[in-house]
Amino acid sequence: MSDIKSRPIWGRIRPVAHAARHFVCCEGSSAARHVAETFSPNAEALKQVTILYGNTDRNEEAGHTLDALGAEASLHYPTRQTLLISFKAHLKRLHMGAQIYLCGPEAFLNEATAIAESHGVLKEAVQTELCGANARRVQCVHCKGLIENVAYTPIACEHCGVNLMVRDHYSRRLGAFMGVCVDAEAPGDLPARESF
Amino acid sequence: MAGESFLVRVTHADPVTTSVKRLRMQAIDGKTLPPASAGSHIILTLKTPNRLLKNAYSLLPSSLDGGTYEVAVLRTEDSRGGSTFVHDALSEGSELTISTPVNLFPINRRARHHVLVAGGIGITPIAAMAEELFRDNRSFELHYCIRNEPNGAFLKDLQARYGERVHLYHSDIGERFGVAKALPQQRIDTHLYVCGPEGMIGAVLNDASALGWLQENLHAERFLSPGGGDPFDVVLRRSDIEVTVGEHESLLEAIERVGVDAPHLCRGGACGQCRCSVVEKDGIIQHRDHYLTQEEREAGDAIMTCVSRLKGQRLELDL
Amino acid sequence: MSLSTIEVDDVRHEFNSETFRDDYTFSNSPEAIARFPFPFDRDEYMYAVNIEQHMPGPPKSATEFPIDIDEHYVAEMADRARVLKEDPLRCQSLPHMLMAEWDLLDLLMTSMARDYPRWFSLERDGRKWHWINRPLGIEQRFVFGDPTTLPQGPMEYVTRQCQGDFCLLDQRDNNLWLDAGIVTSQADWSLDFDLGMNFIEWHGPVPLAHNMNIFDRALKFLMNLQQGRPVRRLNWTMTVNPRLDTSPENYHRWGIDRTTVTPENVGDKVHLRVELQALWRLPRSNAIVFSIRCYLIKMGELVTQPKWARRIHRVLRDLPPELAEYKGLTNYRAATLEWLSQYDDGAPTSPGFYPD
Repeated sequence: MSDIKSRPIWGRIRPVAHAARHFVCCEGSSAARHVAETFSPNAEALKQVTILYGNTDRNEEAGHTLDALGAEASLHYPTRQTLLISFKAHLKRLHMGAQIYLCGPEAFLNEATAIAESHGVLKEAVQTELCGANARRVQCVHCKGLIENVAYTPIACEHCGVNLMVRDHYSRRLGAFMGVCVDAEAPGDLPARESF
Repeated sequence: MAGESFLVRVTHADPVTTSVKRLRMQAIDGKTLPPASAGSHIILTLKTPNRLLKNAYSLLPSSLDGGTYEVAVLRTEDSRGGSTFVHDALSEGSELTISTPVNLFPINRRARHHVLVAGGIGITPIAAMAEELFRDNRSFELHYCIRNEPNGAFLKDLQARYGERVHLYHSDIGERFGVAKALPQQRIDTHLYVCGPEGMIGAVLNDASALGWLQENLHAERFLSPGGGDPFDVVLRRSDIEVTVGEHESLLEAIERVGVDAPHLCRGGACGQCRCSVVEKDGIIQHRDHYLTQEEREAGDAIMTCVSRLKGQRLELDL
Repeated sequence: MSLSTIEVDDVRHEFNSETFRDDYTFSNSPEAIARFPFPFDRDEYMYAVNIEQHMPGPPKSATEFPIDIDEHYVAEMADRARVLKEDPLRCQSLPHMLMAEWDLLDLLMTSMARDYPRWFSLERDGRKWHWINRPLGIEQRFVFGDPTTLPQGPMEYVTRQCQGDFCLLDQRDNNLWLDAGIVTSQADWSLDFDLGMNFIEWHGPVPLAHNMNIFDRALKFLMNLQQGRPVRRLNWTMTVNPRLDTSPENYHRWGIDRTTVTPENVGDKVHLRVELQALWRLPRSNAIVFSIRCYLIKMGELVTQPKWARRIHRVLRDLPPELAEYKGLTNYRAATLEWLSQYDDGAPTSPGFYPD
């Protein structure tokens, strides 16, 4: 692993005992199961828990596990986009003392943490855990286009076609890794493909 | 490395309450006092009859544009006599040296709502913050804890200018500012700033933390006066100088008295600039700063010269 | 508003007419070579926190004044205008940085008018300011603090008229945050990508230095930077062709230039690129301005100073491979070294930056 200091390091979600409210946003069934396991021993806190679930791999059972927690609200969404629209709407209504928990694949964490940041939420108020694919969200530095779920490097930019090396340099504001032309000094000469 | 300094003349000196005196100052060395950011302080060099004192005071709102600076000083019974000197010896026409402004208590400009909390003379940086936020048309509220109305410095001005944003708490009738009661349902991008007596700062920070507020959203200015203690000897190894630190003098002041240019900035135990390595000691360091971690204190190999002392006979520093 | 043609023509001839793209007509006069801020004070290079007080240097040197305006001024400003026209994201400011933008405008206009009175003048009457820039033919009356009285935001307005890239750093949470900047002559880093990052994050890609705690120490130092006590340091890299805009955004266009170096064209094509970086604490905002002033010199111009010729050969020869890679030298280091070796007879060099 690279030692580039901007690369995000995801943690583990752990309910904060004295938080006034818990706000969970998770994507995918493995994330849903993990959230259910993490919160079930904290039954007394569940009255102040709101859970948003992106059921992106069509797993109703995992959704039921979340519903069974008995949280104040447990809401399901069909896609990442609809999940994050709701996440933004809820963020605007949150108050001081709330703790945010994000759990899901890398590209989901990339985008959701950037949304929280753009709403003035400090990164310390957001707990994260990688649960699912580690495919990344990438910005092409040349055309500025965002590419979702990039699983390997190099990759051709889906917007401008330039061959990109995905670097570990990461922008929390954009919620994306940097993609930069890999063959500028030797056109067409691409290094072997590497998965993340 | 010391910052720029200015020679100033006091152009105005007036009582704000029975125990608070305001000084207005203007540069007389051909320089112009620069603008300042809210929350900044300056160091006044006070030539008291017994010793040279360097005390930090927050700048009042009228200082933000530069040209003139104003500070408000509470008369206290501190053993060093700095505030007594300001009250009794400084008047219109007095000349003194001040430092360039330093801000260790800045407004977080990313916040979208600001809660300002002041206790007593702690109003000085808080009032400057209120003014800057007001001019900038930012969302803020001001909570001001005073003994009673005659005792509340700048109270009438604050109420006239900021209206319903000002909330008062009179301690003589038992009113107290409490985070849970005063600040329910604050939006998530709120920052809180508190300045006042040590006990009050601690209570506000503890209350807020207990309600799930993050340390990163909480800001406090805890200026310490160095305070006195038993005299002790200090050896400056690199300079090869030995000097006795008097009972009313800080370690830093003693080092400066013998002409050694030691690093410093806030002179109040907050910024970390004056941290100095201890080579040898025959006693216990009385750590009085807010900078060193518990582990660093226990290690005993570093001291903040602006406020901390040795309980012992002899301290050797790498200076 | 603009000045009359006669007044502009009066000073225009003091500046080079040259380009930093396409036909690359940039060059340094003998005077500009003599004042070039050569960055090596010994025959080897390694990272250091080489920060010093930004004190006035000798007359005519690049550090004689806090803000250096030289013979390339007019051409550099034209190049900046063209970059901004093609890519407005090179100049960005997050909403909380407006006060720092005014601070920057004050610092630059005050310095330029004080140190170059032939070219610039500033009259202040309270908040009513009157600015004249003769080389660029600009006259502007505006109200300090009121952005509606300027054609662009205060940072963009003033930095379209001042050489160097500028970043504004907000200080909060025990860190410095890159929250505004104008960056059009950068050594391969992206303002758009790095905007909003803290000091440690935006230096993330620099090799070796993190392990040496260079950035942790520099951050601690800069957080305590005081008003009236600016500091500076020199940084360097190499560039093929005198291109100011070596941005990652356009790397897919200019990267190929690195393959065009041959032993025959090193003297004209390969440039040492020195950044005079300076930092000031700003009074109203408590922010820090980080200026990155780029100086280019052709190898052919550099070797007119025998001491510099010997030293640059030795520095490049002994550079650790990670650094050579990071600075993008890999493709043309060998050819450059071969060409430079003819100027290095192995004789000892005197200590210090200045030519003998």
